[in-house]
Amino acid sequence: MSRFLLLILLLVFTQTVRAQKPMARIEGGAFAPLFGTTNQLVTVASFFMDETPVTHAEFLDFVKTYPEWRRSTVLRLFADQNYLKTWESDTTLGKNLNPNAPITNVSWFAASAYAKSVGKRLPTTDEWEFVAMASRDNKDARKDSLFNVSILSWYETPNTFTQSIRRTEPNFWGVFDLYGLVWEWTEDFNSVLLTGESRGDVDSNNTLFCGGGAVGASDLMNYAAFMRFAFKGSLKAHFAVQNLGFRCVKSEKES
Amino acid sequence: MKPTTLLKQSLFLLLMSTVACMQPSKPKKTDTTKIPVKGVIQAELTSPPNVPKPVGNREATKQIVKMEVIETIGTMADGVEYIYWTFGGTVPGSFIRGRVGDEIEFHLMNHPNNKLPHNIDLHAVTGSGGGASSSFVAPGHEVQFSFKLLNEGIFVYHCATAPVGMHIANGMYGLILVEPEGGLPPVDREYYVMQGDFYTKGKYGQPGLQPFDMGKAVDETADYVVFNGSVGALTGNNALTAKVGEKIRLFVGNGGPNLVSSFHVIGEIFDKVHVEGGSLINENIQTTLIPAGGATIVEFEINVPGKLILVDHSIFRAFNKGAIGIINVDGEENHTVYTGKQMEGIYQPEGQTIQNMPDEKTVTELKATSVSERMKYGKQIYDRACFACHQPNGEGMAGVFPPLANSDYLNTDVNRAINAVLHGLTGEVIVNGKKYNNVMPSQVLSDEEAANVLTYVYQSWGNSKKEVTPEMVKSIRNK
Repeated sequence: MSRFLLLILLLVFTQTVRAQKPMARIEGGAFAPLFGTTNQLVTVASFFMDETPVTHAEFLDFVKTYPEWRRSTVLRLFADQNYLKTWESDTTLGKNLNPNAPITNVSWFAASAYAKSVGKRLPTTDEWEFVAMASRDNKDARKDSLFNVSILSWYETPNTFTQSIRRTEPNFWGVFDLYGLVWEWTEDFNSVLLTGESRGDVDSNNTLFCGGGAVGASDLMNYAAFMRFAFKGSLKAHFAVQNLGFRCVKSEKES
Repeated sequence: MKPTTLLKQSLFLLLMSTVACMQPSKPKKTDTTKIPVKGVIQAELTSPPNVPKPVGNREATKQIVKMEVIETIGTMADGVEYIYWTFGGTVPGSFIRGRVGDEIEFHLMNHPNNKLPHNIDLHAVTGSGGGASSSFVAPGHEVQFSFKLLNEGIFVYHCATAPVGMHIANGMYGLILVEPEGGLPPVDREYYVMQGDFYTKGKYGQPGLQPFDMGKAVDETADYVVFNGSVGALTGNNALTAKVGEKIRLFVGNGGPNLVSSFHVIGEIFDKVHVEGGSLINENIQTTLIPAGGATIVEFEINVPGKLILVDHSIFRAFNKGAIGIINVDGEENHTVYTGKQMEGIYQPEGQTIQNMPDEKTVTELKATSVSERMKYGKQIYDRACFACHQPNGEGMAGVFPPLANSDYLNTDVNRAINAVLHGLTGEVIVNGKKYNNVMPSQVLSDEEAANVLTYVYQSWGNSKKEVTPEMVKSIRNK
């Protein structure tokens, strides 16, 4: 009985530790997302966002507590063969992995389960884009060509997923690493679709389907965002990808 | 039979035969979708400048093509690096070769460490997006689709993932050849050459890892226009080779993303050009246009030894942006075809640094602190400014450009050499006992740069091992 209690306590404790990951408060607002027109603003309510992506060490705690998310036990429906493939075993990272680097090779299902386990959720694409349009000094730096260039240059650089979090400077909201390390899952990652044939998307009447041709997009020069949406368009929820991690958010009214 | 009917009939026949005469006799077009496929083979894929072996007279077959997308850092020019996105690890991507009627089972693998999703649009495919709609693949995944080769010709393939221009600008293109039944007529050598334009943050030659510049790409102001992905991919040790008497076939593509190529080989005339890569054959062509996203096949027989120089004859691209390649030809001289002594009418290349009137000043940058550093910087300048005429190892070009290797002209008078670099040289000179009469333009180089390149020349190729210092250059400049 006391062992059971201990286990409960331990569970609560680890959950608290993971839940204590520092978050930044994001003051809500309205913005024109990449897909849509400038007179159709999207409103984002105030929320809290993890300052950094979830790390290998943090995800290790999670799978220790939730065995169904271990590499050997996870259902193929929820995670493909690449799931946690760089780990040494089900519950050890191995010497070659940087525990402070962002967790990658996790599926959308696993990321969502992690978020739930710490009382949070994955950000919506609108929320993520809203925070990610901020540079160090500006809430909306999308017209800043240097800002766009710096993002593009990261998108072009191979093998950044092994670096530790929190090495770059925070943005306006105090959020780190939205660019520079890994791509990130969003709750509705597949709602803005680039089809495989992105050039054909130009003709589509559906404003959600517009891609390389960019006719329907509000900012023709926002190529960095195109790459993000193209990337998300190539995913399915059970995919585990080397350069793809996640972070969590929490709505203000819930907390 | 009534006479009028007879008249009508003969008139009709006459008309028919006239029509028949006007139509060139063409073999009846077969329905290539119906060509049966026999057996399965793993496709042979090759890196440029090589091509897989010809199809010959084999029957149509099923080929399995496995193509891996790799994002990797490579060398754009001496001291300049660039992040290339590639099909098969090279720019251009692996060469695919088949025949009409072949069925291709295409596997596109996106390496797990890659940052981006990719796909492939093959212009040889009849179908949605040329395959693009079926081949969109996330990093760490593989997709498969199949298609039948219906039309013969040489076709471009490229990535078509948003932003499409950027994927192409970073090197995601290559060629697929579809031979007719029975194959193309045999030749002695075949090579794979593909032009592309690149847009970097820094200007041409600016050292370091250079990021892609979207603004320049949109404005279509290329910093590099190169064959096979980098400056020097087809020169120096990478030059193509051939022998006198051989028939050469070049498969030449243009990946773009923006520029149209005026493809020309200095010192040759194309006996045959497959116009725009299709079935129409044109003969005796000097320069052929290759559109961005297009390709061509050129064929020529080599009659004399020497160096054939591949260029985009939009000529500043050749001498200032890298669009230059060389075929070294060995063999016997043929003085009936080319005497080797005529200087009139020979195309005169210019140096690659900006040339100007002698008085203008330029900015200096690198300061060498030792002879070996001087050599290193000097070689970079040489490869940029001098090699087009004086050749990679200072061998020059007989009768046209004097040699710098083992050069008595250089070794007897260093000041004269400095003067030639600074102020240019016109008129008759005698080098190693041979007469040259040509114009060398003045090179706009700083004292430091002139010292470095001259030191490089003096320390190389059997010359007198002299070190030329910026002070020596300065004293000549001030005279």
